[in-house]
Amino acid sequence: MAELKEELKGKIIEVLNLEDIAVADIADSDPLFGEGLGLDSIDALELIVLMDKEYGIKLSDPKQGKSIFQSIDTMAAYIAENRTK
Amino acid sequence: MKKSRYINGIGAVTAQGIWRTDFFTESQPLQQAVNAAQQPSYRELISPAMARRMSRGIKMGIYAAQQALDEAQIDIPDAIITGTGLGCSEDSEKFLRNILDNDEEFLTPTAFIQSTHNTVAAQIALRLGCKGYNFTYVNRSVSFESALLDASMQLQDAEATDILVGGVDEVSDHTFRLLQLVGHIKPSDVHETIHDSNSPGANYAESATFFTLSQQKTAYSYCEVQDINLQNKLSQGDLAAFTKEFLERNGLHAGDIDALVLGYNGDKEFDGWYDIFECIFPSIPSIYYKHLIGQCDTSSAFAVATAAKLIREQIIPAIIQRNQVTLDRPLRNVLLYNQFRGEDHSLVLLRSC
Repeated sequence: MAELKEELKGKIIEVLNLEDIAVADIADSDPLFGEGLGLDSIDALELIVLMDKEYGIKLSDPKQGKSIFQSIDTMAAYIAENRTK
Repeated sequence: MKKSRYINGIGAVTAQGIWRTDFFTESQPLQQAVNAAQQPSYRELISPAMARRMSRGIKMGIYAAQQALDEAQIDIPDAIITGTGLGCSEDSEKFLRNILDNDEEFLTPTAFIQSTHNTVAAQIALRLGCKGYNFTYVNRSVSFESALLDASMQLQDAEATDILVGGVDEVSDHTFRLLQLVGHIKPSDVHETIHDSNSPGANYAESATFFTLSQQKTAYSYCEVQDINLQNKLSQGDLAAFTKEFLERNGLHAGDIDALVLGYNGDKEFDGWYDIFECIFPSIPSIYYKHLIGQCDTSSAFAVATAAKLIREQIIPAIIQRNQVTLDRPLRNVLLYNQFRGEDHSLVLLRSC
């Protein structure tokens, strides 16, 4: 799981072009939206594509995203449970 | 009654850096086939959260636009009008590459949103909170001139008082490789300046050049935009008549023009157009600028910046003068001529104010 979280942080930084942020700057429990990383709705769409492309997870219900994308912890847990690749 | 249109502010981001007082004394002719712009720090203008989604073209446009507004002391213009030949090509390429690489799946929104040609004008408006007229012209090498013509007509018809108008084009890998393949850009192993060019193609570069155009003259006014004319196709034999007609509609003849600013870009096959044009106006200073900022579809916007600066300062820096004619009278009427590969001809007449 720790490895998945590190990989996920790296992918998020790359996909969202978070220029001034390193993997070490993101705590597993930091909120991704709002006060934490400060991501927004366009980033949410990018994360949905990332989940599909990298882990084979299709989020059909956008409401799911709110709980899944709370933090690296919640994302990694969902990916570990549902990934198809 | 004809309303005046004054250039009250200029901003630019180019291969020689940003628009500044010592721009011409600190510039060096380009020798590379493809040149990136010298990027300023954007931190003061664009938050990192916004900047991470922006390509260079968008950031350059925002920076140049703000410079032009600051100089004119305008917070929010009545309209924003831009010209671009290729638009946000970096994001267009990214989006198209994703389509191909991912078999039309997994298309991310950011590159798509930012890939449209009007992205720069839109981002400037969003940042300023400008809800006025917002338009982008995509007319190859007269894209900027089309924007300038629109701005002039808006001011003429009193649709607006202060207009932000500019041109922007960015370098992108794939598109520029293709332009090199078809010979529009010089081969990478050719290192010629415009002055010593002996080959077809031009040295390309990205740039953004913006102006605040206003009805009111201020203490900062550079000059007045007197007239603009565009012509897609023209024969070399008709160039003199095309120019004469333009001058006549402005109550001028060739002897009234005090200097020329020409779009020489080092393409051996097409620079002859400018030689013909020069012959219509013997014995006046001839100025060029693309040896410093490179060729792109909207690089002619920098001709307006160059001419405006010359008119305001009444000095022609040696680095931009092509011929040896000494300036022996005040620079009052300056005529700009640009074409690209024998098409998209434009004339812009600037007058001191």
